[in-house]
Amino acid sequence: MQPRLGRLLLMATGVFSQGRAKISERTLRTDKWWIQPLITVGVLLSFIVYATWRAFEGAHYYAEPLISPFYSPCLSTTCVEGSSLLGTPFGHIVIFGMVLSPAFIILIFPLGFRMTCYYYRKAYFRSFWMSPPACAVAEPHAKYTGETKAPLIVNNGHRYFFYIGLVFNTLLTIDALLAFKNPQGQWGHMSIGTVVLLLNATFLWGYSASCHSCRHAIGGRLRHFSKHPFRYKAWTVVSRLNQKHQNFAWVSLIWVAFSDFFVRMVSLHPTWNKYFF
Amino acid sequence: MARTLKLRIWRGDDKTGGLQDVTVEANHGEVVLDIIHRVQATQMGDLAVRWNCKAGKCGSCSMEINGKPRLACMTQVAAYPEDETITITPLRAFPVIKDLVTDVSFNFKKAMEIPSLQMPEGLKPGEPRMQQVDVERSQEFRKCIECFLCQNTCHVIRDHEENKKSFAGPRFFIRIAELDMHPLDMLRNRKKTAQEEHGLGLCNITKCCTEVCPEHIKITDNAIIPMKERVADEKYDPIRWLGSKIRRREEVL
Amino acid sequence: MSSSQTLEKHKYDVVIIGAGGAGLRAAVEAREAGLSVAIVCKSLFGKAHTVMAEGGAAASMGNVNDNDNWMVHFRDTMRGGKFLNHYRMAELHAKEAPDRIWELEMWGALFDRTQEGKISQRNFGGHEYPRLAHVGDRTGLELIRTMQQRIVALQQQDAKEFGDAEKNMKVFAEVTITEILKENGKVSGAYGYRRETGSEVLFEAPAVVIATGGVGKTFKITSNSWEGTGDGHALALKAGANLVDMEFLQFHPTGMVWPLSVKGILVTESVRGEGGILTNSLGERFMFKYIPDVFKDKYADNEAEADRWYLDQDNNRRPPELLPRDEVARAINSEVKAGRGTEHGGVFLDVSKRLSAEVIKKRLPSMWHQFYELAGVDITKEPMEVGPTCHYVMGGVEVEPDSAAAVGVDGLFAAGEVAGGMHGSNRLGGNSLTDLLVFGRRAGKGAAEYVKGHGANPVSESAIEKASAKIEAPFTRTGGENAYTLHQELQEITHNLVGIIRTGAELTEAIAKIADIRKRSANISVTGDRKFNPGFHLAFDLDNMLLVAESTAKSALLREESRGGHTRDDFPGMNSTWRQVNHIASFDGDKVNIKAQALPALPKELFDLFDVHELEKYMTSEEIAKGGSK
Repeated sequence: MQPRLGRLLLMATGVFSQGRAKISERTLRTDKWWIQPLITVGVLLSFIVYATWRAFEGAHYYAEPLISPFYSPCLSTTCVEGSSLLGTPFGHIVIFGMVLSPAFIILIFPLGFRMTCYYYRKAYFRSFWMSPPACAVAEPHAKYTGETKAPLIVNNGHRYFFYIGLVFNTLLTIDALLAFKNPQGQWGHMSIGTVVLLLNATFLWGYSASCHSCRHAIGGRLRHFSKHPFRYKAWTVVSRLNQKHQNFAWVSLIWVAFSDFFVRMVSLHPTWNKYFF
Repeated sequence: MARTLKLRIWRGDDKTGGLQDVTVEANHGEVVLDIIHRVQATQMGDLAVRWNCKAGKCGSCSMEINGKPRLACMTQVAAYPEDETITITPLRAFPVIKDLVTDVSFNFKKAMEIPSLQMPEGLKPGEPRMQQVDVERSQEFRKCIECFLCQNTCHVIRDHEENKKSFAGPRFFIRIAELDMHPLDMLRNRKKTAQEEHGLGLCNITKCCTEVCPEHIKITDNAIIPMKERVADEKYDPIRWLGSKIRRREEVL
Repeated sequence: MSSSQTLEKHKYDVVIIGAGGAGLRAAVEAREAGLSVAIVCKSLFGKAHTVMAEGGAAASMGNVNDNDNWMVHFRDTMRGGKFLNHYRMAELHAKEAPDRIWELEMWGALFDRTQEGKISQRNFGGHEYPRLAHVGDRTGLELIRTMQQRIVALQQQDAKEFGDAEKNMKVFAEVTITEILKENGKVSGAYGYRRETGSEVLFEAPAVVIATGGVGKTFKITSNSWEGTGDGHALALKAGANLVDMEFLQFHPTGMVWPLSVKGILVTESVRGEGGILTNSLGERFMFKYIPDVFKDKYADNEAEADRWYLDQDNNRRPPELLPRDEVARAINSEVKAGRGTEHGGVFLDVSKRLSAEVIKKRLPSMWHQFYELAGVDITKEPMEVGPTCHYVMGGVEVEPDSAAAVGVDGLFAAGEVAGGMHGSNRLGGNSLTDLLVFGRRAGKGAAEYVKGHGANPVSESAIEKASAKIEAPFTRTGGENAYTLHQELQEITHNLVGIIRTGAELTEAIAKIADIRKRSANISVTGDRKFNPGFHLAFDLDNMLLVAESTAKSALLREESRGGHTRDDFPGMNSTWRQVNHIASFDGDKVNIKAQALPALPKELFDLFDVHELEKYMTSEEIAKGGSK
C-alpha cells in the first residue's frame, strides 16, 4: 500500500473518524509511553541476534558435562561427542549445501512456545507491530484483523507448544542433573555450571507452569470447581504463578541466553567452571 | 492549601471543537471531577460532563485525562506536578455529543447482542444451590461498573471504526465469560459465538483493557484468555474435539 | 421549541420515571403483565444511585439462622421505624422480600454463598438475625445490573418474537421529566426534555410510576449523587399527590469526612457489622454511653461482651456500634459537638485492629478500594474518619400499600425511596434494596391493573403548550439569578437549620429563607444553549429541591418530639401521642401546606406479634388497652 493512501485511510478511521471529538494529536499522553515498547524491542532483538549467531556458529555448545540449552537435545550426527542425549535420529540436514546447525531443529519449538505465548503476544504486538504501541496511542495501521486469520490464527494452538515445552523442560532438567558430574564423568560434584543449568531449568518450569494454557488445562476449563477439589487447588496455585508469567517470561529468556553464553565460555576456557566440590 | 491549576478542556460537538485553556483554583485532596465542577460553576456554566456517584462506583465520568482513559472522580489532582497543564478530553473511541460527553450507545447495542443467562428448566426460585468457589470467577466480572473505559481504550475499535460491527469489546467478553462460567447457565454455545459472532479472535491480548479498568478486573487474564482457551478446546484443538465426540465432557464438568 | 409539530411524541401504557431498582422492577412487572413500558431516566441506563447500596438486601430467608422469618423481620422494621411505619407496607415488605431475592437469583444475580450453597446472609444494624443477602460490599450494583440484564433479556425476547427489541419496553436515557400531565383529573402522561439535545419529549400514558429515589442533594453533605434532587417528590406534589412525613431524613452515621472531595461518601455499615469500632479523639469507645433504654436488653453495655458477640451471637448482646442508624448518627454528632471529634469534624472508625489485612480486603473490598484510591487511607492499617451524611429520606409520596398507587391522583404510582410510609421515622439498613423490589413490583402490578381498567387518556394541546413554556422560561431571561449559587445557598440553609439536630426557631428561619430563594429562583437565567447544558438542568432540579426543602422544614416545625430521623433539641423525647400522627404535605401551586393525619393503627394479628412491654415504650395506654385494631 502506498504511504499516501495508507495515511488517507488512517485519517478516515480510528480516533480521526467522523463524529469523534476533533483532536489532531494521535495521543495526548504526556508520559514516556514509548519507553516500554522500546525496551521490549531492544531486549528481544538482542536475544534474536545472539541466538541466531549462536545457532549458526554450531560450536562451543558442549563442555563436558555442560550442554547449552540452545543445543539440547543435540539430535544431529554433526553433534559433538557426548552431547546427544537422545541419539541422532535425523542424521543431519543439509540446506543449500550447508549443514544445518543442530540448534535449529530444536530452537523452533521453544520459539513457537514463546511466539504464541499470551504474554509475548502483548509484548511483540505492542513493540514490533505497534498495534497499539501503548494504551490510547493510535496505531499506524489502516486495517486490523487480529488473530482471526493465518498466520496469527496459529496463536490459538499455544497449548501444543506448551506440551512440547514440557518435554524440553524435562530434557533440560536432565541436563542440569548431569551437571552434577565432573568432566571425568564422576557423580557427586557441583560447579557454577550446575547452578546455571539448574536455574535455567527452574525458570523454564516456572515459565511453563505459569502459562495461561497450563492454567486452563489444569482447572480453568472446569465449570464446577467444587466437584474437583484437587484440580481447583492446583488451579489456584497456577493462577498465582500466572500473575508472574511476565516475569518468568523475561527471566527465563535471558537466563537461557546466559546459560548458553556460559557454556560457550566454559568450552573455550574450561577453568571458568569452578567446582565447589 | 489551594493551588492554581492550568487546564486544557476540549469543548465542542460532533462537528467542530478544540482545546480551551482555563485557570482554576484547586484545593487539597480534590479530584479532577471537582475541578470540572468548579469550572462549570464559575466559568463555563454550560460545560457538559457526565457524572453520578463521584465515588468510583457508577462509571459515568469516563474521560481522557492527559491522554489516558480515566474516571475523573478517581483521579487526584495531586498526582500531577504543580506546573503541569492537565488536558481533559472526551473519550476518543466514541462519537462526541458535546464537550466531555460522548455517545456510548454502541455499548448498549452490544449488550443486547449477548444472549442472556439461561437457567435450567424447572428450577424454581429459591432452589438454586451454588458453591462459593463456583461463583467467584463470575462474581469478579460482575464488579464491572460499565464505565466503558476498556471499550474506549481497546485499539480494535478505537483505531478501527469498521470493526465496531463485529467486535463486542472487553466489557462484553467479561459478560460472556461470566455466563460461560456461571454454574447453572444452560446455554452451551457461548464459546463458539464468542469467536464467530462477537469477535473474540480480534483481540490480540495487548491488555490495555486491564490497564485502564478502575475496578481492577483482570479482564485479559481471567476472562479473555480463558475464553480463548475455551474456544480453542472447541475449535482449534483436534484432540480435545475428538475427545468431546467420544464422551460428552460438558456434562461431566 | 413551542411548535408541537416537531415535538417528539411517544405512546405507552405505563411510563416509569427513574431507572433505579424500583423503577426497573416496576418496568419488568408491567411488561410481564402485557403492557408497553417506557423507562425514563436522567442518567445512562444502569447508573442509578442504587449502585451505591453496599451492605445488602434484607430478606428473612433464614439461610444462616433458621429462627428468622417474616414476623421477626416485621418486628425489626417497626422497631427501627419507631412504630411510625405504615404497618401494611412493613408487613408486605417482610413477607415478600425473600421471593424478590430468589427471583433476582433466577435472573442472574450471584450472591455470596453459604456452605450449603444457599444465598449467604450477613448481620446488620437493627436486624435480629443475619438477614442481608449480599455480594461483598457491592450489593446495589449487583441488583441494578441484574435488573438491567433482566430488561435486556425481555427485550431480546421481543426482538425474537416481533423483530423489534424495543417494541414493548424502551429505555429513554438522559431524559428529565419536568411535569406529570393530567386530563380530567387523571394522569395522562409525562413531559420532559432530552438532556443531550434539550429537545422536548411527550409521553402519553394513562399510568405513571414515579421511582426517582431521594432528595440528598437538598443538603450540603450527602451520600447521594446529583440525581437525588427530589424530582419525584416534587412532580407528585405538583400533580396533586401528597408527601407523608417529610421531616424524617436519615443521616447515615458514617460518611467520609476527609478529604474534601469525598466528603459525604458512604462508609458502609458492614464495616461495623464486620467488627469496626467507633472511638473519639480521646480513644474512648463511646457508643456504650448512648444505648437508649428501649434497646438496653439487646445491646452489650461493656466491651468484653460486645467483643464476644462476634464469636457467639446466641449468648451475647450485640455491640452498640450496631444500633440503628439514627442512634449512631446522633451519638457521633454529640461527640463532635462536645469537642471530642477528629481534626476534620468526625470520629474514628477502625477495623484494622480486629481483622487481618487479608480478611478486610476480602470482606470489604470496595471500602478498601474507596479509601485507598479516593483518600489515600489504607483501612487495613489506620482508622477511617467518619461523620454523619444525609443519606435517605423516609418521607415520600403517600401511597396505598398494596398497589403503590399515590393517594389523591388516579394513574399515579410511586415506589422505592420516593414513596413514604414503609420505613416510619427511620429505615433499617438493608431494608431499602428489598423495599425497591417489593414495592417496585407492586407499583408495576398496580399500574398494569389500573391501565387495564381505565385505558388511554389523551393529552390536550394546551397542556403540552403549558409544559413546553415552562421549559423555555429560563432561556427567555438574561442577567437573572445563577442556579449554582442558589443551590449552594439552599444547601447551606438546610445543612445549618434543617439538619440532624433541629429547633423551632431555626426551622422558622429556614422556612422564611427557603421561601426567599424560591422567589429568586423564578428569575433564574441560563447561559449557553439547550444542548447538554448543566446550568439549564440544574434550574429544574433546583425547583424540585426547593419544594422538598419546604416540605421538610414545615413538617419538622410541626412535629414537637424527637423520633428516628427527626431530632428536635427543644423537644428531646419521643412522645407516644405524636406517634399516632402522620404529616401530610400538599402543594397549592404557591406554597406547601401541612396537615396532621392519623397513622393507621396496628391490626390485632400484627399487634400480637409484639411483647406488650415493648409496645408500652412506644404506645399510649389507650392504644395498649385496645390491643390493636380489628
